[in-house]
Amino acid sequence: MSPSNSTGELTMKDKTAIAGVGSTPYYKRGESMPQMPMELAAKALLAACDDAGLTIDDIDGLALYSMGFDTSLFAQWLNIPELRFTALLSGGGGGAAGSVGLAAAAIVSGQATCVASIMTLQQAASRFGASFAPRGKPGAVYSAPPSPEGNFIQPSGLMGPGQMFAVLAQRHMYQYGTQREHFAEVAISTRANAIRRNTSLMKEPLTLDQYFDARMISEPLCLFDFCLECDGAVAVITVSAARAKDLKQKPVYVAASANGGAGRWGQAITWMGMPDEYFASSGHRTVAQRAYEMAGITAADVDVALLYDHFTPMVIMQLEDYGFCPIGEGGRFVADGNIRWPSGSIPVNTHGGNLSEAYIIGMTHVKEAVEQIRGTAVNQVEGAEVALATGGPASIPVSNLILHS
Amino acid sequence: MKGLTPESVINLTPNVWTEPFWAAAAEHRLVVPRCTSCGTHRMPPTPFCWRCRHQDVEWEEHDGRGTLYSFTVVRHAVIPDVRDALPLIAGIVELPNTEGCRLVGNIVDCEPEAVRIGLGVTTDWYDVREGETVPVFRLA
Repeated sequence: MSPSNSTGELTMKDKTAIAGVGSTPYYKRGESMPQMPMELAAKALLAACDDAGLTIDDIDGLALYSMGFDTSLFAQWLNIPELRFTALLSGGGGGAAGSVGLAAAAIVSGQATCVASIMTLQQAASRFGASFAPRGKPGAVYSAPPSPEGNFIQPSGLMGPGQMFAVLAQRHMYQYGTQREHFAEVAISTRANAIRRNTSLMKEPLTLDQYFDARMISEPLCLFDFCLECDGAVAVITVSAARAKDLKQKPVYVAASANGGAGRWGQAITWMGMPDEYFASSGHRTVAQRAYEMAGITAADVDVALLYDHFTPMVIMQLEDYGFCPIGEGGRFVADGNIRWPSGSIPVNTHGGNLSEAYIIGMTHVKEAVEQIRGTAVNQVEGAEVALATGGPASIPVSNLILHS
Repeated sequence: MKGLTPESVINLTPNVWTEPFWAAAAEHRLVVPRCTSCGTHRMPPTPFCWRCRHQDVEWEEHDGRGTLYSFTVVRHAVIPDVRDALPLIAGIVELPNTEGCRLVGNIVDCEPEAVRIGLGVTTDWYDVREGETVPVFRLA
């Protein structure tokens, strides 16, 4: 039974569509300077407007996630005639795909008609790899001040997300027999997709030997298990389904979006107290189920998956949590070639992901999902009708988005 | 002890809920808060019992014997302060009979190759500075 039956009118299924996407070029960390982060954001939105056949005068809402967006300055610079909805999903990168769900919610509830979701990033001095190091220390520009909760983690030497997710990866290996070769397959297959695209920062193939020769960062994760550190911006414009039909591009309908998580997933890697049942997971099981119910589909209906890939093991755990394979089978699932484009049963990160195209905190995944459904992707999945994009693994909220033609 | 996170990056900032833990730690005693209503342990100490949402706790002594739940060997310094201390082993230790309470700290005086999930550990204490002591672990 589809949720539109069970929840009557109270669903946003298919009531909105993505009408435009745009981005700046993607840069290695710091190389976008002297442009300012909000300047990058504006360039991405102007590109998205152009893609949609809209102008800044049409924009009346901003549905955002994570930190660093200066809404007032942005509106003032671009002379947005009237903002009617400005909202930010709580949390960090976990809100990426869910920000489009927030835009859809604004439109379905009648608060705004044309809502932009934007991420802009400039990691010149603010390197996320030291996110949980003591603020003020050399190298710890972007980091949290000491907190009573952090006191129970930081003295261990865990100071960055990669070190912390390595702990989940280690547990996954112990519980399920996952191997480093499986992490390597995520890195290598994603790189193979990236090198076919001129937007990608990584342009050379990655071999298994190179993977195993790379330096260890935090065991079991080596250099190639980590995503890139980048600058750039991506914007996505959502409108009502009816309006989308009159615009320049083929509408890409929002079938579902969910954000949140189980309460005791909680702060996740910054408390390490998650129940054993889902410690070695992506934290996505609840939002996966909700999105599938809203869209009235299952994993078998998804043609292409754009899975947030800050660290390779977390792609494997999302494949499990989204039902592409049983829990614990993700490593063997990728080893069997299932995520390869174009031959795999579920091509993953056809754009090259955070790992090899660019890390713009997950918004490149939404852009790729749109291009796959339009049929214009560089690495097009033939006949793709349903695309999944995700935000996080992260602390609550994690989020997702299901798009269809 | 070998394998300690440099003291320069440790800065304890207790609040009313965590202070008893750190006060006991300074005396090299491990205590775990336990809900006075339903008996559920919770770590880190928080204002509410996650099971019954009651607030009051009693502080129960624990012998510090636990099981290594997971770990990572930190090989790369994300800030210069830790460079000379590498490799660091960060361990997640589960305490038995506490409904899954975990402590996180350095595994000390140990080669990274010897560490395995499931091994037994004992708790020891790292005196960072006067009045600030944090738990560390040894393979049993």
